Amino acid sequence: MDAFIEAFMGPFAYGFFRNGLLVATISGALCGMVGTYVVLRGMSYIGHGLSHAIFGGFAVSSLVGIPYLIGAGLWGLGSALVISQVSRRRIIGADAAIGVITTSSFALGLALFALFGQRGRGFEAALFGSILGVQLSDVVAVVVVGLLAGGVILVRYRELLFATFDPEVADVSGVSVPRTDALLMLVLSLSILVTMRVLGVTLIAATLVIPAVIARMLTDKFHRMLLLATLIGAGTGAVGMVASYHADVQSGPSIVLVGGVLFTIVYAVTGQTGRRRVAAAHV
Amino acid sequence: MSGDAPLLRLTDVGHSYGGAPVLSHVDLDVTRGQFTGIVGPSGSGKTTLLKLLVGMLRPSAGRIERGPDLRVGYVPQVESVDWHFPATVQQVILMARPGRRLAPWASPAERRRVEAVLERLGLGGLAERHIRELSGGQQQRVFVARALVRDPDLLLLDEPTSGVDVRTRHEVLHLLGELHDAGHTIVLTTHDLNGMAAHLPHLVCLNTTVIGSGTPREVLTPTVLEATYGAPLEVLDHGGMPVVVDAPHRSEPAAAGGAVMDDLRVTTTADPDDLALPTVP
Repeated sequence: MDAFIEAFMGPFAYGFFRNGLLVATISGALCGMVGTYVVLRGMSYIGHGLSHAIFGGFAVSSLVGIPYLIGAGLWGLGSALVISQVSRRRIIGADAAIGVITTSSFALGLALFALFGQRGRGFEAALFGSILGVQLSDVVAVVVVGLLAGGVILVRYRELLFATFDPEVADVSGVSVPRTDALLMLVLSLSILVTMRVLGVTLIAATLVIPAVIARMLTDKFHRMLLLATLIGAGTGAVGMVASYHADVQSGPSIVLVGGVLFTIVYAVTGQTGRRRVAAAHV
Repeated sequence: MSGDAPLLRLTDVGHSYGGAPVLSHVDLDVTRGQFTGIVGPSGSGKTTLLKLLVGMLRPSAGRIERGPDLRVGYVPQVESVDWHFPATVQQVILMARPGRRLAPWASPAERRRVEAVLERLGLGGLAERHIRELSGGQQQRVFVARALVRDPDLLLLDEPTSGVDVRTRHEVLHLLGELHDAGHTIVLTTHDLNGMAAHLPHLVCLNTTVIGSGTPREVLTPTVLEATYGAPLEVLDHGGMPVVVDAPHRSEPAAAGGAVMDDLRVTTTADPDDLALPTVP
């Protein structure tokens, strides 16, 4: 028993692991919280696309030598604005705009890494997440964005909820829907940016969707769904990170797999009720 | 606008979405206490006109004048939202509460206001029920309650009886009649001439522009209806109330060997219950 506890507690002796665990837990909570809106608005494709777009910015900033939080952040914001403009002007459909812009950006990132030979730990970490790449700046960034997102959701709770449920009526009831949508996009972009290091570009969309869908199966009330998704995200982030260390796999896949297992259990336990609720969710 | 000025005045209003105009040269006044139905065929511009009245759209041409501090309550079609959304009846109504309170939860005063509106609309026991579990008539009532919680001067409803059964249509018509009696100004769109429009005190017949305006007896005439719908319609009298039916279809005598279809009549009111609805005063 002592050997088991020693093996379990062992990694906590390392600073990098404690940092990684903290970032994974807050990242999971952040993605679960923001993911509630993503799922209910049927925006999971935008989350998936934005994370891929930000990868292009990650590649450029690592080649140019500027901090990736700044480079990839500006790149992601630029991508979001271009997507918004292209789809608003109805040049092509919103889905097509997201597909073209974000996958092009992702392809640019891959091409730059291939051409300039910087594939390595940073490249792998950006794609699949890594505990080893977590630095103090990542901890600070995820805490700051987590507080910002929580603050925005608390202060703009009614507007965000109304614009999610019925944007048309919200718009004529004193809610500025374009401004509310822009605020949510900003929070989503920042969340993806600061969680990319641990979760990985290719798997962030899953951490946005899975906790929210599990929470939806468990409740019919929005505020409970928001709270549950945040807690489930934090829990799967923490457990996934510990499992990642012991199983020696990247943190992103580990966290997503823990979420997948929990989804399967809740899906089975909640039976018809849970299935009916989740069948109606726009994932 | 002041004194007895209309709540809304549309002067020579036109609108297009980039192609042919959906609305053109529309003149319309909405005065306090009015209860008006806008009728017309699909694509006649009913919903666009309603969105212009609500303020969702700006006119491409003409002018819309609004009364000072006009509060508008908008009730969209029930199909416009996802009724599986995780929310209770009370939560849906609280979303529309006025004010700029920063706290995410409602104040006791706001809750009391919602309870009063729910009681008024006969939804008293349903506050904590999930919106998916409501009947069509109850869903429509929830939308009306959400509009009323903002204490509007003018209530605008888009096809409030679209796709509902006869019983729900009765419920909705009675509810709107009660709200009108209580002093609310109401404008709605409807494609249902006999089940809805004929029971309202005032109608506007629309097909890109206003074809006719007045009481059902004044505008539900073969001439106005043919100009509105582009097809011959007859109007029967049922206990003093106009009932619109398709005009008899008379085909030319067929060539030798062909069948002759004569006096084929199809009524638009298949349900006799439609004729038993009350007329809103």
